[in-house]
Amino acid sequence: MENELTRIERKQNMENQISMEFDALSENEGLARVVIAAFVARVDPTVDQVEDVKTAVSEAVTNAIIHGYAEKGGRVVMKARLSDEGELSVDIIDSGVGIADVEQAMQPLFTTGAENERSGMGFSFMEAFMDGLEVESSPGQGTHVHMWKRFVCAQEQSAPILQAAVWNRSGRL
Amino acid sequence: MEQKMEEYAIIDNYLCIRMPKEVDHHGAAGIRECADRMILDDKVKNIVFDFEDTTFMDSSGLGIIIGRYRKISCFGGKVYAINTSERIGKILRSSGMSSIIEILA
Repeated sequence: MENELTRIERKQNMENQISMEFDALSENEGLARVVIAAFVARVDPTVDQVEDVKTAVSEAVTNAIIHGYAEKGGRVVMKARLSDEGELSVDIIDSGVGIADVEQAMQPLFTTGAENERSGMGFSFMEAFMDGLEVESSPGQGTHVHMWKRFVCAQEQSAPILQAAVWNRSGRL
Repeated sequence: MEQKMEEYAIIDNYLCIRMPKEVDHHGAAGIRECADRMILDDKVKNIVFDFEDTTFMDSSGLGIIIGRYRKISCFGGKVYAINTSERIGKILRSSGMSSIIEILA
């Protein structure tokens, strides 16, 4: 009986999902970062892990705004899913121009935004800071970036109280 | 883009740019324009990016640095990144920036 209850309780808390849609404006890059940072806080990630996810999200959202919509505006969707075990997945979806050659676009230093001094490191950053990355896109069909990361039980690495101290001292969200 | 002159200072022929708390695409154009205007007007030779206030930087920051490096390196100028946090330093080094700029913690 007790087991049954624990199981039901667990099932209810097993996964959390969010979805947000926003205008493809550069000021919303910061908003997307703040939202994803708050979203993953539940599994007690390290400061570095939070920064990793924020950076990857920032890259994907920036890509949607600059390349997908050519800075002319549109809508960007961010979906995120987080399990109690610390499995995070994030999707950044736009309905912009899409990418003809995804493999080429993902090459380090490849950029079509040279005149705006884009470094061509966006996808490389996503790959470096997350555990996995998949990009689905074709011309006229928009772009769907799917990435995931596993938070290796940060709770076991350091006591929560200690982590809170580190968190506050760094002055970061 | 709102212009904050106090973030830019010229000491000798060094242009010092105080980078914002978050360096992303949103603020990149403003920094670029302001820096380039000062490079042209004031005969700046070297550029110092001061990351003291910076807690976040994505690949847009690399674009800003590479762009300024291109503008001044042909005249023998140098680019420095100073007061870099552990994370900012890691991002700069792992993306190969240490081959064109000097990174000081």
